[in-house]
Amino acid sequence: MTGGGVASIAGRLAGRRGRSAPPLWAIPALATVALVLLPLIYLVLRAAQNGWRAYLGAIWTPLVGALVLRTVALAAGVVALAVLLALAVAWLVARTDLPGRRLWAVLGALPLVLPSYVAALVLVTALGPRGHLQQLLEPLGVERLPALAYGYPGALLALALFTFPYVYLPVLAALRDLDPALEESARALGAGPWRSFFTVVLPQLKPALYGGGLIVALYVFSDFGAVSITRYNTFTLAIYNAYRGLFDRTTAAALATVLVLLTVVLIAAEGRLAAGLRPSRQRPSRPAPRLALGAWRWPALVLVGGLALVTLGLPLAVLGFWGVRGLLRGDAVAGLLAAAGNSLVAALVAALAAVVLSLPIAIWSVRYRSRLAVFVERLSYAGFALPGLVIALALVFFAARRLPALYQTLPLLVLAYVIRFLPEALSATRGALAQVTPAFEEAARGLGRRPLAVLRTVTVPLVLPGMVAGGSLVFLTAMKELPATLLLRPIGFETLATEIWSYASEAIYGQAALPALVLLAVTAPPLYLLTIRPVLAGRNGG
Amino acid sequence: MKNRKDPHRSPLRLQLALVAAALSFLPLIAACSAPEPEASVVVYSGRNKSLIGPLLERFESEKGIRTEVRYGGTAELAATLLEEGTATPCDVFIAQDAASLGELSKAGMLKPLPAAVLGRVAPAFASPQGDWVGISGRARVVVYNPERIAEEELPKSLEEVGDPRYRGRFGVAPANASFQAHMAYYRAVKGADALAALLDAMVANEPQRYPKNSAIVEAVIRGEVDFGLVNHYYLWRALAEDPAAPGRNFTMPDPTAAFLNLAGAGVTSSNEAAVQLVEYLLADDGQRYFAQRTYEYPLVAGIEPPVDLAPLTPEQLENQIDFARIAEELEPTLEAIAASGLLQ
Repeated sequence: MTGGGVASIAGRLAGRRGRSAPPLWAIPALATVALVLLPLIYLVLRAAQNGWRAYLGAIWTPLVGALVLRTVALAAGVVALAVLLALAVAWLVARTDLPGRRLWAVLGALPLVLPSYVAALVLVTALGPRGHLQQLLEPLGVERLPALAYGYPGALLALALFTFPYVYLPVLAALRDLDPALEESARALGAGPWRSFFTVVLPQLKPALYGGGLIVALYVFSDFGAVSITRYNTFTLAIYNAYRGLFDRTTAAALATVLVLLTVVLIAAEGRLAAGLRPSRQRPSRPAPRLALGAWRWPALVLVGGLALVTLGLPLAVLGFWGVRGLLRGDAVAGLLAAAGNSLVAALVAALAAVVLSLPIAIWSVRYRSRLAVFVERLSYAGFALPGLVIALALVFFAARRLPALYQTLPLLVLAYVIRFLPEALSATRGALAQVTPAFEEAARGLGRRPLAVLRTVTVPLVLPGMVAGGSLVFLTAMKELPATLLLRPIGFETLATEIWSYASEAIYGQAALPALVLLAVTAPPLYLLTIRPVLAGRNGG
Repeated sequence: MKNRKDPHRSPLRLQLALVAAALSFLPLIAACSAPEPEASVVVYSGRNKSLIGPLLERFESEKGIRTEVRYGGTAELAATLLEEGTATPCDVFIAQDAASLGELSKAGMLKPLPAAVLGRVAPAFASPQGDWVGISGRARVVVYNPERIAEEELPKSLEEVGDPRYRGRFGVAPANASFQAHMAYYRAVKGADALAALLDAMVANEPQRYPKNSAIVEAVIRGEVDFGLVNHYYLWRALAEDPAAPGRNFTMPDPTAAFLNLAGAGVTSSNEAAVQLVEYLLADDGQRYFAQRTYEYPLVAGIEPPVDLAPLTPEQLENQIDFARIAEELEPTLEAIAASGLLQ
């Protein structure tokens, strides 16, 4: 190869800005991604252990084809419903005179605190063919409800209702950052409110919609709790069944590699859609005018109120009912405090670690945008789509023999959380960084500051709100995480999630409800303070 | 610029210091959880804490052996043990079902148990290789809602579940290990063709599918289905939650329908205390615990079964079938279940 060829490849890698990434960012970013890729390495080793013929035999079956269709259909439906809900609620609270809009704005994000296994269980209990709702309607002659809580509709509802805040939060932030001048021009030129929304506002929300939609779709790929309780067979459920029934690690790994392929396609598609879109970088000169809803306020209130009732009122009522019944019976509450403490420590450290590790990847991919940087940034989403059990077994595989001192210790558990939830921190940090002009950093460099000093004194303070918001999402999901926690926690280390599992798996709901309520009580305030409130105040970059 | 001494950066430096402090705690916490030198035993338990935790605590205080337990799903823990291989920290594996023990035995992960331990139970309830032993039993029964179906109308055999008059009225948990073990038992007794016919008849009869036994019991109590195929003791727990709940157990008279499932234990290290723990689970006191506290069948002869439960028949106790044989039947059974479409 000629020197010119090497130079052109190097130039291509360095990207259109023509600056190569300093190793200061590239090395930690690559190291982080290497950690995230551990589960993939494990999967390839396991899937290939009986040879490629066996591997192809395991994945080239009609059942796998059906699983692909079912999983994609569920993800598409959940994303579509989540986007609709997110757009409706965000627009109502940000752009109209909806009564109580600040309250609705907060309630719209809170469903995130519910673990999907709790949400689905509550949904089935309340809305099942003969659930609580049917019992309420029985005097009216309703013998049983249609099986909406099960199968595709059940899984769709359970997942969309409790993941739509992943779209809602960035859309709300983007709506607040839009300059109203464009909309006003459209209106002045004769476009009605609907037309100006679809032609002017919606295109500017695309980065937020794509980013949030990607997170929701990957969440659906990895979810086990909701699909098993609502009885809808997806890849993750099939992977679990392969482990559970057959102890067949090879087939399970082979199935998981197909899930990885699906994920790669999805991430690439999102990257292509979002390529070239720039999030708005300007703060609006003034707040957008609010549309007077008039009589439309009633259906709007029914929508936001009904949503809050189903996503928050219903779970609290069911959990409260179970919890009170348990307390009255004198169920033990000892151990709850220790479990809450353990959950807090593990989730806090995971959130900190994820945020710190996301920063080099974000800086590299935003400030030194190159194919390699973008590739690395995309790769770090891999763990989010994999079932927690796969990630846990991958870490068992690597740590039990090669790192016995780390095995089943808190650091290893934290590593599992980071691998699973890094994208939540990364997308927030990245979004915040993309909104900050590099001019400040360049000025600081020009004045002679070293790169690390620029990081500390300029970059981090500017993107801190985004980092904190992302960290609080990691904290929240780590608090809820179950499969990896069960296998990797230090022995005897009970968390709120393991306590919920311990009782719920034996159908002792009175005892399961108490840790679930504590989980909600512990996670809701940080979500409000660190993620929701900054968005409402327009201070969130992500 | 001498930015290293700039005082205005201290809040940030403080934050970074906090991060560093938090991270430096990790090894410390890890060190705290390391086992101590006294006699100790590490248990991986696929049996729930609420079922076996009190008995393990009693073992710890009576024998003075520090007992650390990792609770999880039986199959997930078995997969973990297989990935850990010889590096496993586990000494005793307590499993919810015999199949996972059979799988570990096949992988050479289990140590032989002393003959005195194996001899506590009937030969059918222990591994023929002598490397695991059953500790308690649970019967496969029909749970039904007496407000929706009378006891006389219930099926008397598994084959009858395929009768058109039950179309859409019953629940199964096809991914549940107990159901799968039951089907493996059926295959061992009646053969592959009979199992395929049974599964096809069930699928054609539109069963409601649930993820596990407890979900079936709840659905029966809610009236979502009229009856379901479950283990006997989930009803007892549902009744503890709500004593007025409309649910009853019924044992089908057909012998292949009244299958007894095992929970068992195996030793995965050469730790002396591990064998002591298995002995403890099989001692008269331990067996009485299962009968009285978890409402299960004790496996040691002479220990009374729980109240309200029919004692095990001599056939059930003596030799209905080898559990090791069921573990062997499991793989083709799972293939048959998958091929029947029951999992979808």
